[in-house]
Amino acid sequence: MKTLKKSGLSKEEIIQAYYEVKRGRRLDERLWQLTRIGKTSFNISGQGAEVAQVAMAMAFEHDKDIFLPYYRDMTACLVWGMTSKDIILGSFGKDADPSSHGRQMPNHYGSKEHNIVSFASTVSTQMPLATGVAYAAQLEGKDYIALTTTGEGSANQGEVQEAMNFAGVKKLPVIFVVENNNYAISVPIEEQYANENMSDRAHGYGFEGITVDGNDFTEVYLTFKKAVKDARSGKGPKLIELKVYRLTSHSADDDQTIYRSKEDIEKMKESDPIDVFEKQLIDEGYLTQAEMDKMDEEIRAEIDKATDEAEAMPDPAPESLLDEVYAK
Amino acid sequence: MAEMTYLEAINLGISEEMARDEKVVIFGEDVGGDKGGVFGVTKGLAAKYGDNRCFNTPLTEGLIGGLAVGLGVMGYRAIGEFQFADYILPATNQILSEARTMRYRTKGDWTAPIVYRTPYGGGVRGGLYHSQSTEKIFAGQPGLRVVTPSNPYDAKGMIKAAIRSDDPVIFYEHKRLYRLLKAEIPTDDYIVPIDKANVVREGSDITVISYGMMLQYAISAAEKLAKEGIDAEVVDVRSLYPLDRETLVNAAKKTGKVLLVTEDNKEGSIMSEIAAMISEDALFDLDAPIKRLAGPDAPSMGYALTLEREFLVNEDQVIEAMRELAEY
Repeated sequence: MKTLKKSGLSKEEIIQAYYEVKRGRRLDERLWQLTRIGKTSFNISGQGAEVAQVAMAMAFEHDKDIFLPYYRDMTACLVWGMTSKDIILGSFGKDADPSSHGRQMPNHYGSKEHNIVSFASTVSTQMPLATGVAYAAQLEGKDYIALTTTGEGSANQGEVQEAMNFAGVKKLPVIFVVENNNYAISVPIEEQYANENMSDRAHGYGFEGITVDGNDFTEVYLTFKKAVKDARSGKGPKLIELKVYRLTSHSADDDQTIYRSKEDIEKMKESDPIDVFEKQLIDEGYLTQAEMDKMDEEIRAEIDKATDEAEAMPDPAPESLLDEVYAK
Repeated sequence: MAEMTYLEAINLGISEEMARDEKVVIFGEDVGGDKGGVFGVTKGLAAKYGDNRCFNTPLTEGLIGGLAVGLGVMGYRAIGEFQFADYILPATNQILSEARTMRYRTKGDWTAPIVYRTPYGGGVRGGLYHSQSTEKIFAGQPGLRVVTPSNPYDAKGMIKAAIRSDDPVIFYEHKRLYRLLKAEIPTDDYIVPIDKANVVREGSDITVISYGMMLQYAISAAEKLAKEGIDAEVVDVRSLYPLDRETLVNAAKKTGKVLLVTEDNKEGSIMSEIAAMISEDALFDLDAPIKRLAGPDAPSMGYALTLEREFLVNEDQVIEAMRELAEY
């Protein structure tokens, strides 16, 4: 595993990265809590992928690059600019929810203000959209990039291949990401695809594919940094596969103990990437345990405040059901 | 004014919009270069507006569907061409899950102004997969507009209106009409609304409602029957979804006798919905049961001329049905 110092990021940036990682975890824990006490009806987590998502997202310019995420990418959306309150508003289905104003299920992140494009639930349909975004950049002669993510299960959809094929043909500034957490709900990778790495597929489309350990903050960051530089300078797309854990069940409606052994789950939890990251931060002298604990308290307070504020916001008016079916 | 075919009128309409607004781009299989599409509808556009704004895609309908949405969210007005209406099916997920819902699911924060163009209809020995009426698949899908012009004047005016519309529009072009119909049409800027049915002939005895090639039979039949003293009102549906309920119901009320003619299968077609609307709003104005003249409930017409003719409604059948209704 590479040292954090090798990332080339400043101390402030590394500390900010840790704040985002921890906020992602604590916020997701809050979303589960709200589901369990019956205040919200659904959650689907990125727990286990926070370090990878923060390292990925930090390589982009959030005020100009366009993000087309999938449902586990809450932490990356936070780095892109969404707030804890924005996310909780979505879970409550409030009118002020920037993702969908209470129209989509929770975890379908989007924000016009923050260049995050809304996505459908029919997995991976955002991939062809990302090529459209990237084609727009090419047409306009601008140097913004499209980043789009999906899971390894969803990556088997035909539209993913169609999108990567076209991106290769046109050398589009788009970065495709597969967050490989080994399970498509309950289906293990052995039943999902036959090649060793998902990233191998990129070679068939004429561009580079890279597999990275999602627990290695520096490696993920540097990989994306280079991909961003290449895409911005007209060298075309990349496929980056992030090997991550899925610490939780697929969603609030799933129970992974049915199809994963207790030992397997325990073993995975013992190597939680946040623990690995924290050890690196201490070992390299970025933060002390006391400083991390203090930051955790601040994050918890921020999320408490965001929860209270979001819950107090108005629900969508029933008659708004018919708004924006068509343009006026 | 210039004499133009239905096909040339669409080409001119697109060309005028591409000249007027540089955000208008067009793409699909064979669409770019000198070929200009399988039927030549986009001929000359690449030379005039460049290979970036009029370009070929690989054989990937899902991509065509999604590329348009991605361009749309970035402020472009994308026109995606599908070679045949039967070939839209691989893109249905993109059209229904992404294009149709982008505005609604973000309450207008993100929008996807798109025109999906496609030739449809039979009578050109196309067999099953080059002749089907797929418009019913996209009707009854709020958020989407489904339209088809039935003459060269409407063809130019409606394609321009579709391109300027902020909603996703599926623009059906009847391929039998491409070169069959010629008319003097204005070469200056005009649009024809894409949400209005059109009373093409005023009459007092019976009302015939149709669109596409069948409408041409209805117009011709009405002129012939006028000599027998049967005065028919003929209405072009034009906007297949959402339907222009007011115009259609008023035309039904006017004569009290309604014939609905479609090239599609009898059951589950657009005409079934029109019949329901007339029943709801004008039952007590009717003097006869609503009559449908349509294709049989076989998947589509066959390639063999005998099978194609057996499937398709012809002008003699339209005349006969109108006569029977008038005598009821």
